Amino acid sequence: MSTNSHIHIPAFCLVVLIGATGSGKSTFARKYFKTTEIVSSDTCRGLVSDDENNQTASADAFALARYLVGMRLKNGLLTVVDATNVQEEGRKDWIRLAREYHCLPIAIILNMPEKLCAQRNAARPDRNFGRHVIPQHISQLKRSFRKLKYEGFRQIIELWSLEEVEALSDIVRDPLYNDKKAVSGPFDIIGDVHGCYDELATLLTRLGYQYNDNLWNHPAGRKAVFVGDLVDRGPKTPAVLELVMNMTAAGSAYCVPGNHDAKLLKWLKGKDVQARHGLEESIDQLSLQTQEFRDRVKDFLDGLVSHYVFDQGKLVVAHAGLKENMHGRGSGAVREFCMYGETTGEIDEFGLPVRYNWAIEYKGKATVVYGHTPVPEAQWLNNTIDIDTGCVFGGQLTALRYPERELVSVAAAQVYCVPAKPLYPVKEVGVPLTMQQESDRVLDIADFTGRQIVETSLGRNITIREEHSMAALEVMSRFAINPQWLIYLPPTMSPAKTSTLKDYLEFPTEAFDYYKEAGISKVVCQEKHMGSRAVVIVGKDENAISRAFGITGEGIGTIYTRTGRAFFSDKAMEQALLQRVNTALHASSFYETFRSDWVCLDVELMPWSAKAQALLQSQYAAVGTAATNALKDVNVVLQQLADRDPNGQALLVEYQSREQEAEQFIAAYRQYCWPVNSIEDYKLAPFHILATEGKQWTSEHHEWHMENISKICLADPAIMQTTPYKVVSLNDEASIHEATEWWLSSTATGGEGMVVKPYNFIEKYAKGIVQPAIKIRGREYLRIIYGPEYTSPENLERLKVRGLHAKRGLAMREFALGVEGLQRFVDKEPLRRVHQCVFGVLAMECEPVDPRL
Amino acid sequence: MLLTITTTHMPADDLGFLLHKHPAKIQSVALTAGQVHIFYPEVSAERCTVALLLDMDPVALVRNAGPQGSDFALEQYVNDRPYVCSSLMSAGIAKGLSSALNGRCKDKPELIGVAMPFTVRVSVLPVRGGEALLQSLFAPLGYTINAVQHPLDPAFPEWGSSRYFTVELTHTLTLQQLLSHLYVLIPVCDNSKHYWVAKDEVDKLLQKGKDWLETHPARELIVRRYLKNQRVLANQVLEVLFQHEGTNVQEPDNIAEEDQEPTSLPIHERRLQAVRDELLVAGAKRVVDLGCGEGKLLKLLMTERQFGYLLGMDVSYRALEIAKDKLKMDRMTDKQRERIQLIHGSLTYRDQRLEGFDAAALVEVIEHLDAPRLKALEQTIFEFAKPQLVVITSPNAEYNIRFENLPAGQLRHGDHRFEWTRKEFETWATAIAVRYGYHVSFKPVGDADPVVGAISQMAVFSQPVPQPGLE
Repeated sequence: MSTNSHIHIPAFCLVVLIGATGSGKSTFARKYFKTTEIVSSDTCRGLVSDDENNQTASADAFALARYLVGMRLKNGLLTVVDATNVQEEGRKDWIRLAREYHCLPIAIILNMPEKLCAQRNAARPDRNFGRHVIPQHISQLKRSFRKLKYEGFRQIIELWSLEEVEALSDIVRDPLYNDKKAVSGPFDIIGDVHGCYDELATLLTRLGYQYNDNLWNHPAGRKAVFVGDLVDRGPKTPAVLELVMNMTAAGSAYCVPGNHDAKLLKWLKGKDVQARHGLEESIDQLSLQTQEFRDRVKDFLDGLVSHYVFDQGKLVVAHAGLKENMHGRGSGAVREFCMYGETTGEIDEFGLPVRYNWAIEYKGKATVVYGHTPVPEAQWLNNTIDIDTGCVFGGQLTALRYPERELVSVAAAQVYCVPAKPLYPVKEVGVPLTMQQESDRVLDIADFTGRQIVETSLGRNITIREEHSMAALEVMSRFAINPQWLIYLPPTMSPAKTSTLKDYLEFPTEAFDYYKEAGISKVVCQEKHMGSRAVVIVGKDENAISRAFGITGEGIGTIYTRTGRAFFSDKAMEQALLQRVNTALHASSFYETFRSDWVCLDVELMPWSAKAQALLQSQYAAVGTAATNALKDVNVVLQQLADRDPNGQALLVEYQSREQEAEQFIAAYRQYCWPVNSIEDYKLAPFHILATEGKQWTSEHHEWHMENISKICLADPAIMQTTPYKVVSLNDEASIHEATEWWLSSTATGGEGMVVKPYNFIEKYAKGIVQPAIKIRGREYLRIIYGPEYTSPENLERLKVRGLHAKRGLAMREFALGVEGLQRFVDKEPLRRVHQCVFGVLAMECEPVDPRL
Repeated sequence: MLLTITTTHMPADDLGFLLHKHPAKIQSVALTAGQVHIFYPEVSAERCTVALLLDMDPVALVRNAGPQGSDFALEQYVNDRPYVCSSLMSAGIAKGLSSALNGRCKDKPELIGVAMPFTVRVSVLPVRGGEALLQSLFAPLGYTINAVQHPLDPAFPEWGSSRYFTVELTHTLTLQQLLSHLYVLIPVCDNSKHYWVAKDEVDKLLQKGKDWLETHPARELIVRRYLKNQRVLANQVLEVLFQHEGTNVQEPDNIAEEDQEPTSLPIHERRLQAVRDELLVAGAKRVVDLGCGEGKLLKLLMTERQFGYLLGMDVSYRALEIAKDKLKMDRMTDKQRERIQLIHGSLTYRDQRLEGFDAAALVEVIEHLDAPRLKALEQTIFEFAKPQLVVITSPNAEYNIRFENLPAGQLRHGDHRFEWTRKEFETWATAIAVRYGYHVSFKPVGDADPVVGAISQMAVFSQPVPQPGLE
């Protein structure tokens, strides 16, 4: 061997070092691997017993080593086991772990002379094993050689001498065959062809491929990816093979093997196979070909890799699909899964193996594209898609364009083979649910318990603490409506910083200053309606709702509160109100304009007394009546006192002012109450168009929202209200002054206040997202929040000390979650992913924050 | 907020001596989070009135409530406490008029035992229980009661009455008796959280009530309300009070339920036993109690050897904490601990932890879900968890007319979302059984009334047992 020899190992494998004590394993490991990649039995002995040479601690030390190795392999990390491993008994565990995590086990043997080992041990005072240990190890090692391959090691590397070890300059890590992460396409992934050459040629043409010099090529360099099952059943298996072999050889296609391809390979290799399930056609057709062609096919099929991981790990293609923990891994089990999927071992009424649909439980990040099971229509389910649309059975040959995610299909020219199970199931009445909707009917609790981290597109990972997710689970379970409706929960809103003015707790100046400091020059001020925040979802009809939400039999929409509860306990009233909105949407041509047959609106629903009746009566009215009746009596006796004792005057004055404040308090809440006897007593004021089919609208500025909403409102002003607003330029003092005056006059006549928002729905600055809205509540309105007597100077002074930090943090995180949830919904992501965001908002709302803010 | 005491005893201004407060002065005594002003609006030989005026600081009241108090409920900040007569007024009496309350009068000790005509005016008194409660508290002590109930808001007559009264009480008795009655009974009327309940309140109550409480017909209510939310304390007092009578003072576990379901104490036991019997007969070994609440069924099942493993699940973490406590989970031996486990979970989410059980019990659970959410519950249990046996109990709505205190159309419990007739329950359960291949049978729980049926109803779902050897 030369002085700079290399050895090659797979980039992900379990390296098991084998060698007697003193053979230099640890030194070897440290030289070629990262410290963190090495799991050493000596280190583990030390960890469990404080003594690296304590042989009595071996059982515990190996338990720990197995645990560490398991964890690393689970996380896809190359791992080196540094232990003597001279006995089969000891190696078995490593093989088992490698298999469990679908990792290739590799043996590196350090077969050093006994003398060298003895010398090395002698140099280490802590190693005083008996003299017999080294010879025993060496003889066990020798006996092991023959067995290693049968034990399951996929690669065995022997180093025979110190010279050979020293000559080794590097251990090269080769990517796994399935690792095509660097290849990003674009791709056209093609379903099970089964010898349907004509349809394949038509499909390739339709996809833009051109046929030149015996080869199909895409002028824009797109790559075809075949999901396997090229052969059997169909009329032109050899032609299909020829086409795919040429394309893969030329680098314009990739191909993974299907179960039919594998069985054909067995036949080609001369093994005994039953010519059934269409293999007989392949055999007949291939028998007419040359031996040379059959040999080429054999080599081609033999060289196919079980699956591919493309595009930085974002795309996985396998014949029958692949679970996440097998992506990019290599083992017999992975190969088996790729070819046959998950089967239960049972046989169904058509004599076919019962397939377990692994995709139902798939939660991986990578898109998985596969075939194998013929389906009437290719449908997304949890970011996976089966594109075998049964061409050979008279269905279609389907391709998925990636990353476009478009489906392109060519109908079969004829039924080449009658399927054992009918391809098209009996149609049900109504709008059929998609597979995704079907699978989303019930959510899995495991996705929502414990600490959660939600990635949001607004650039923040949001952590939900365990105690809050527990609280959210209770609220969601006991009070919320069907989670399929809940695509959005509104975020909390922070008030402006406390005013520096003597008589005010909140004043517009601070909100304008906040946005100015964030570098924003234009804001929108919207009048704050005193109602209850609600989310309205309404569709053209129940079918529209069924198509978009997968909900049947729950009406043409829903109205829910900030916490996901039904706004109306009276379902008929809710539906009647939604019908009015629906009519207004029709009348204002909303559905046509937005190319959608449903909409989700963020609204304020009035009167406040409609939803907050209990709170109003038990809190506000109660306090009001207690205060006025008590203070009336108080001032009678204080007047008597003052009449006979001038010292009583001070108390009288004080309590008279308290009586007046109590009356102002009653006046404040009465503004927001009116009896509701008919549908037109409700007023609905939408202020955001949140989402329509395929689109969420936080990309549009607030003026856009106001204008589009006013069109709807004009169609039914009896129940729909526009929101008065002003666009304010923060560089223009006059504009600011005008808005401030507007606030002063509206709050003086009982208005609740206003909300200031950046002109664009989403604004970012150095610190992250700018507060999406800030409320400035009127002086009188705040009386019902801070109590009747909050305006007395000694109270106001103390109340001005309030921290906004927690509230602002929540508002921002909830906003990011809200936008993320909407995006996921319109992207038709699994409900689990949408619910995560909604659940997150609810969990945040369970955090204790001063409720007066 | 305001309490005035007027006497026409001659000479009426003797009141000043009795109260130890000079009629010519306005005195202010500090209280926690405020003060009480004591003054005389009218003083003459014929008629003398003393007023106690609370001057509570609403901001300090919240801040002084401490960590337990600041549970971030908005109610804390806008509340009636500064304006009513509550335990804060009792504190004002104890602090401001302590000599009189304790029967001391330095200058005219001969007045102490003299019964005088008194008229007391309380502005305003929150009363839970209305005028009937006022009568039951004060009439047995000899008072004439004149109470005016205030509307919630005269602008919204449809909102009805508030719980606030302006009350006038007239009686002839000693001042000390009068003050001790007011001291104890004002907070009893209010029945709200006290700002000062502590262990020594037991002694205070016993001392203030020593002459009249033992014979008062409403003594149980008085004691329980006075020591609101202090159940351990309440038992202590009842034991001291009833020690000579041998009365059992064990309280029902769930006061709320007792309030809502007038006769439910024995029925809930019977319900649990009925469920246990079904589980026993079916030979179930691994049982999950879905919606286990505070663990009453689990406790009952623990004693049966047949049940090798019990899992309790509830959506309320608080309920689980109580269950853990009641089942004494912390003190269990390893063997016991292997038999039982509690988990936090929900019936509207599928849950792998619920798979592989012989039986599931849902005792009075389904009616706590909004009806549209039952579909998810149905799938969670029958499609995914798939136990061999499922026992579900639910109130029988037809029986409700037998509850005397339950207004027609009202549900038995504040959190019930629906209550079903037998027909409704059976229709629901039968459809599920058909959908998921279960056999279902129905049984009454409790004595069956020939017309309206039993108080509660039970559905027992079972899967056909696969016959080994037939496959």
